[in-house]
Amino acid sequence: MHSTFPLKLSYQPNHPQITNAGMNQEVTNGASKSKRNSKKPEYSRFTQQELPAWKPILTPGWVITSFLAIAMLFIPIGLVSLFASERVVEIVYRYDQDCVPEMYRGNVTSYIQNPLTNKTCIKNVTVPKKMAAPIFVYYQLDNFYQNHRRYVKSRSDKQLRNADDAFSTKGCEPEAKLSGNEPIVPCGLIAWSLFNDTYNLIMQKKSLDINKKGIAWKSDTKVKFGSNVFPKNFQSGSLIGGGKLNQSIPLSEQEDLIVWMRTAALPTFRKLYGRINRDLEAHETITVVLENNYNTYSFGGQKKLVLSTTSWIGGKNDFLGIAYLTVGGICLFMALNFILLYVFKPRPLGDPSYLSWNRNASRH
Amino acid sequence: MKRFVYVNDDDSSHELYCDNRISNRKYTLLNFLPKNLWEQFSRFMNQYFLLIACLQLWPLITPVNPASTWGPLIFIFAVSATKEAWDDYNRYLSDKKANEKQVWVVRQGSKKLIQAQEIHVGNLVWLRENDEVPCDLVLLGTSEPQGVCYVETAALDGETDLKTRNIPPACMGIDSELLHKIKARYGYRGVMECPLPDKDIRRFDANVRLFPPFLDNDVCPLSIKNTILQSCYLRNTEWACGVAVYTGNETKMGMSRGVAEPKLTAVDAMIDKLTGAIFIFQIVVVIVLGIAGNIWKDTEARKHWYVLYPEEGPWYELLIIPLRFELLCSIMIPISIKVSLDLVKSLYAKFIDWDKQMIDVETGTSANATNTAISEDLGQVEYILTDKTGTLTENKMIFKRCCIAGTFFGNENGDAVKDVELLNAINTGSADAIRFVTVMAICNTVVPIKRNYYSASGTVLYKAQSQDEEALVRAAASLHMVFVNKNSNILEINFNGSLKQYEVLEYLEFTSDRKRMSVVVRDCDKGNIMLLSKGADETILPCASAGHQTKTFSDAVDQYAQMGLRTLCLGWREVNEAEYQDWSFMFKEANSTLVDREWRVAEVCQRLEHDLDILGVAAIEDRLQDGVPETIETLRKAGINFWMLTGDKQNTAIQIALSCNFVSPEPKGQLLLVNGKTEDEVCRNLERVLLTMRITKAEPKDVAFVIDGWALEIALKHYRKAFTELAILSRTAICCRVTPSQKAQLVELLKSCDYRTLAIGDGGNDVRMIQQADIGVGISGREGLQAARAADYSIGKFKFLKRLILVHGRYSYNRTAFLSQYSFYKSLLICFIQIFFSFVSGVSGTSLFNSVSLMAYNVFYTSVPVLVSVVDKDLSEKTVMQHPQILYYCQAGRLLNPTTFAGWFGRALFHAIVVFAITIHSYAFEKSGLEEVSMVALSGCVWLQAFVVTLETNSFTILQHVAIWGNLVVFYIINWIVSAVPQSGMYTIMHRLCRQPAYWNTMFLIVAAGMGPVLALKYFRYTYKSSKINILQQAERVGGPILSLGNIEPQPRSLLDSDLAPLSISHAKNARNSVFEPLLSDSPNALRRSFGPDFFHSHSPYSRNKDM
Repeated sequence: MHSTFPLKLSYQPNHPQITNAGMNQEVTNGASKSKRNSKKPEYSRFTQQELPAWKPILTPGWVITSFLAIAMLFIPIGLVSLFASERVVEIVYRYDQDCVPEMYRGNVTSYIQNPLTNKTCIKNVTVPKKMAAPIFVYYQLDNFYQNHRRYVKSRSDKQLRNADDAFSTKGCEPEAKLSGNEPIVPCGLIAWSLFNDTYNLIMQKKSLDINKKGIAWKSDTKVKFGSNVFPKNFQSGSLIGGGKLNQSIPLSEQEDLIVWMRTAALPTFRKLYGRINRDLEAHETITVVLENNYNTYSFGGQKKLVLSTTSWIGGKNDFLGIAYLTVGGICLFMALNFILLYVFKPRPLGDPSYLSWNRNASRH
Repeated sequence: MKRFVYVNDDDSSHELYCDNRISNRKYTLLNFLPKNLWEQFSRFMNQYFLLIACLQLWPLITPVNPASTWGPLIFIFAVSATKEAWDDYNRYLSDKKANEKQVWVVRQGSKKLIQAQEIHVGNLVWLRENDEVPCDLVLLGTSEPQGVCYVETAALDGETDLKTRNIPPACMGIDSELLHKIKARYGYRGVMECPLPDKDIRRFDANVRLFPPFLDNDVCPLSIKNTILQSCYLRNTEWACGVAVYTGNETKMGMSRGVAEPKLTAVDAMIDKLTGAIFIFQIVVVIVLGIAGNIWKDTEARKHWYVLYPEEGPWYELLIIPLRFELLCSIMIPISIKVSLDLVKSLYAKFIDWDKQMIDVETGTSANATNTAISEDLGQVEYILTDKTGTLTENKMIFKRCCIAGTFFGNENGDAVKDVELLNAINTGSADAIRFVTVMAICNTVVPIKRNYYSASGTVLYKAQSQDEEALVRAAASLHMVFVNKNSNILEINFNGSLKQYEVLEYLEFTSDRKRMSVVVRDCDKGNIMLLSKGADETILPCASAGHQTKTFSDAVDQYAQMGLRTLCLGWREVNEAEYQDWSFMFKEANSTLVDREWRVAEVCQRLEHDLDILGVAAIEDRLQDGVPETIETLRKAGINFWMLTGDKQNTAIQIALSCNFVSPEPKGQLLLVNGKTEDEVCRNLERVLLTMRITKAEPKDVAFVIDGWALEIALKHYRKAFTELAILSRTAICCRVTPSQKAQLVELLKSCDYRTLAIGDGGNDVRMIQQADIGVGISGREGLQAARAADYSIGKFKFLKRLILVHGRYSYNRTAFLSQYSFYKSLLICFIQIFFSFVSGVSGTSLFNSVSLMAYNVFYTSVPVLVSVVDKDLSEKTVMQHPQILYYCQAGRLLNPTTFAGWFGRALFHAIVVFAITIHSYAFEKSGLEEVSMVALSGCVWLQAFVVTLETNSFTILQHVAIWGNLVVFYIINWIVSAVPQSGMYTIMHRLCRQPAYWNTMFLIVAAGMGPVLALKYFRYTYKSSKINILQQAERVGGPILSLGNIEPQPRSLLDSDLAPLSISHAKNARNSVFEPLLSDSPNALRRSFGPDFFHSHSPYSRNKDM
């Protein structure tokens, strides 16, 4: 009878019902001993938390040296940046006020919204210093929120890229489609509010050429804006926003639009209008003939024409230089302070008498 | 309510009771998804994130792609669901294995091999040696002629010794071939009357009635002794068979299975609190920005014609902007914090499992963290409640001394077994001495192991449930009274070569209430009946016969207890036949009652245990475990208060307490006793002790109170408030004679005073306390693994507690404190930038960062470097061990509290200002493209966080370098790749930026401007307002004088760190750095220090007095 029993030579002490990790240790019998021993961790520096470690502490030497080093590094960089920024010659001319005729000063909005009024405006600017080619021509808008939540998302990259996707106007509302369900290409508020002031420069009675080719990023003209996408139904709705587009030119060649559609992160921004590929001598006078079409008057925005040279840090921007000098100066100041503190109020590191339990013991 | 089991009835019970299918599964295939989701969503954090994710589906308000929230959310859910599913699948597999195990069961009158799950109540189950018991059985027959079998109950209660189980007397002598003929039909009947299933594995009060042809058709009582329970193993017995009474999930094992309440650590609670605060802050920000946004929209935005705001908005128009900000600010509460914390916590637990220094060399047991979630709490322990026997002591009982009839043995050489006088007394036939040794040998439940009658050395192997009994039997054996064999009821004793036999008539069992046990035996040679008793002095001495002089014995007990020995009083008396017969009848009756059996049995026992002739006192030594005094001293220095809870006598407890540094001896220490049997006495005592406590509070005196179980019962019941005050005032307490439930009550009391408690114990009586405490530590010791099973951590020896708390607990706390606050910091940083950006974007709720960046920022850029803080160490293990006082920083929660969090909050704000201001100024005008500015700000954040982690890291291993700097490299790689995708919004952006010197200039500027002030502040505090941790770091790394440990002068606890248990420097002779020399010798306490250890050692001569 017994032989028919299933013979169990070794037994498993772990009852399967318990999925508790502690179970592995419960029986000290021989059968499980080998198993448990094999479960013992292999020695490794990681498991024993004994990885070799570099343990720096904030010694006065280290800290003072690093502050001095930052100061030594930052002050020269600051000076160089400031110098580079100073060498950039920049002409900024605000024209939005000047270009409104006297008679309309009281009612600027009706002037700018009336398509029949004469928007041409002729002004003179003087070159302060010699400007070396290439000279960049920008328009600058102030208090214009291209980063507004409603505005910044109101575009369809898909539609811009491909002619077949003219109908994908998702996110473009309210400038997505005409009333007849005809898609607007390019759709959305950004394109609809395209900046449309124009500038012509005249110097010494001769027209000063502004090269408007290649003002947009190559990556945009090549990839983001399709060469087979043509404007359609643009600015033909009931509300006219900004500039119009030539329907026979594909979007990839509408560089003003491409530049405009690179939305700015800040309410004050400059966008490239064109380049002047010749030097301008100091004290030369430039006559600007501009078409003042774009409406910034209703929200108190400013419009400026900017001519600027460039340097290795970009356009004129003193901020980096000043900030570098400031940070460097503060670091130098801190380093000196810490040196003084170290000399006049030395405090040995790791002095055991500062341990409160040691101090207490001495009190008793 | 009762359950009637018809033996070997195939049909009748099928519908009534469940079959033996075991199921531990939480889910089924169908309900897994809904049930698991429901469970996960019962947590507030998850509900919050789900709400955010749902709001993001509304395109009008979402600032970013919904995927940036859904992605991580689904990931987190998938991870925990997978873990649950995997666990459940494993449970299913193990259930299946148990259910499909083949067992022999009688079916239709013959034995058949069936699957375990097909067993029904009433079936006859046959087991072979080493088989696992498939369900709860009542024994009917075994291979042993005496009707016993041996089982190992380790899986059930963790006790590794063998237990004897008997077949009920009624079934004695049934032929094994006849057994399976017991049937409900065909005239043979057996009925069992059992209680409904419960989880008490110590009780089974049932009856069996067998009808003809079995002779005895009386009701026969059944107890737990007659059962073999599910998951036990049959040992040393060829076969056994029994009737299934409880099956499936209704077995004792199945009923006692329960899911333990998850424990929440103090750190978790603090993180929850901080999360709540952030949530409120977020709501405030949302409301303020929402209102500002709506105002701006109505006053300004309508003038900005290009935005084309409609004149008439929908009804929810006012809600849109606040909701947008809610979504923008939702990243304030980092979705990754839970995942990161779970990850590092499981690593902390692994470090404990892996720790080579916590492996007990003797048994090879390594430490084990069963609960992986509460490591930080180890670093915040304030009270340790410890068991004595087996926890502080080795639980290896050795018979050392005895006092027989007024004569002391073993006092000279410290070992009674080797005392020549005792051996002489036995050899010369001194009646008292021989009776004493006979009681030692017989009055027990020890089993001499059958197969090893004599091992090679000639000694017998004993299996005992009680260590004391084993010690006594062993000692008796060395005194030539060898207990050689137990044959059913016949005990064979080999005394000096002659074999004596005793028949055991009854066992009067030991219970914790009775505190004594007796046997009634018949001397087979002489035929007289004797009652042999042994037990605690207070239960044996009152039973002494009138006029018997017990003074010498109680003196002896006191004397032995003073030495820290456990004492047992031994007594005997002759019982005449008639008295025995009367009593025996009552005893049987009491044993067959179903209600209150234990109480009635005790009462009946009492009727026999009187007029005892006291033979003497046996003293058993339980040695202190290795390293216990040192461990307690170190942990007390770390500001941890120790309470000892023991079932032992007051004197023994006090002696052990003295010898293991629990309390200092007089005059430094003072013990205050709280005794009393009545309410008044206890009340008076309590007030007196409280008064003394309040007075001595100011003095650096070591005051401890001692309370016994009886007084404790009264104090907890009637004077809870006074006792609570006492508990708070006292750093040390000794509670003796306490029951398991009182232990748990004490834990509960301390917990209610908001202290972090750790309970450590090794036996079944500690389980409740271990489960109750914030942290339960079990010692996998000789009393089995019951405690270790119930505990959160199990260790091999008490001394590992030091390492567990000071090293693992402290590091875990420090690391989690950094990790959690950092998680909030980085989320706040990016959220503040978003808020600042909203001020320059017309408060319209535009997101500066794109979806990919936001998601990757949380998931990769900021979570990887900080994860390696799990290997960061602020101080080396050695320093911490030398200066355990440093644990105070963790206990008091100095590294994670609203103040430190405010620091991180401020840092986030400052860094956000730095990043945002520098970015918008250096990327102004013609460079201010949204994509570029966004990328520059993001790079700034990533650079800053790399340096923040660097500054906050104390030790740089290779992992830190890889994670911090590698992460920065990965950031650029990821963005280069994304910038190469034409469809992405940031096509070519990163390539352009990296070519601009201005970009790199901006980065350096952000790092210098952001980190400079932080570094300066940190340096200043580090050097001139240094915390103790800083000082030790400096001492450790500068290589200054290594402080040695002084003595311990504990003080009443107080939250001021100046009141930490003070420590004096005993010497600073070695490696004294010349720089520090003047300061040390100039200081007013230099003289005191030079006294060195000798001065203080005179105070602590009791460091180890076990050999006194």
